[in-house]
Amino acid sequence: MAKLKISDLAKIKEQVTASTSLREGGASVKVTVHMGTCGIASGARTVLNAVMDELEKSARKDVIITTSGCMGLCSAEPLVTVEKLGEEPIKYSYVDDPKMRQIFNRHVLEGEIQTQWVLAKGSEQ
Amino acid sequence: MEDLSLHILDIVENSLMAGARLIEVAMEEDPAGDSMTITVSDDGQGMAPEFLAQATDPFVTTRTTRRVGLGLSLFKANATSWGGGLEVKSQPGAGTTVRVWFQRGHLDRPPLGDWPRTLCGLILTRQEVDFRYLHRVGDQEFELDTRELREELGPEALADPQVMALLRQQIAQALDQIGVAQVPAPPGGF
Repeated sequence: MAKLKISDLAKIKEQVTASTSLREGGASVKVTVHMGTCGIASGARTVLNAVMDELEKSARKDVIITTSGCMGLCSAEPLVTVEKLGEEPIKYSYVDDPKMRQIFNRHVLEGEIQTQWVLAKGSEQ
Repeated sequence: MEDLSLHILDIVENSLMAGARLIEVAMEEDPAGDSMTITVSDDGQGMAPEFLAQATDPFVTTRTTRRVGLGLSLFKANATSWGGGLEVKSQPGAGTTVRVWFQRGHLDRPPLGDWPRTLCGLILTRQEVDFRYLHRVGDQEFELDTRELREELGPEALADPQVMALLRQQIAQALDQIGVAQVPAPPGGF
């Protein structure tokens, strides 16, 4: 039976904990990838992979990535919501791999909203 | 859906919407008997018998944002065309089990796709949910349980993208060892 190498994982975890223990604190940005059937079929998983890759590269600890279901705008999928603490959520439509990376690096990390791809501001009902 | 892992992701999303806290995904491949079975079970809220009877009907859905529900119906239609089928068992308060089976070597059967990345994406983005995953090919098997990993590594380890990137690579290697056909994923990172 194939086994996971728990010791390797533990090693990585120790390194990560050592380098980040100074920056403890709550999340300040939440990125939601909408993952209904419509989102998945139009490329939401690629978008999720892209944002996780960028998050890993950035080594930021105050960014949470999560997923949610369909919000009824299937024709505009893949949709991504970026919500910064104390600000109104911003929804991006027709997101793909390169757009997601740019949104992450400019909006999530730098606070520059990428208005050219914004669908709406505010929360869905 | 381009590959099996997208179908599975879709079914798992249903479980998440049903408030599941433990989701079990089992894939059993039988090369000798040319069959493959995928089972997704959850401890979510379950479905009432009236709804269950129509769960794979594309024009039935619980959501209010649109009037069609395609996840189960698409998977069922596809599995049927690969010489198999899909069945759903559920009870209110007792969770839901979706079982899909089909001919493993059917010409139209898509590949598994990048399942390790898909699974790690689920684990990373849903910290409140535990996942158990079993993959069997003939007499070889691989098993992963996030409850065990959390116990060994601490509760916050699976929220770390660097740990998850390594976990993904380890899962891919383990699946390789037991003979799961995989699309080569780019090395490193997510």
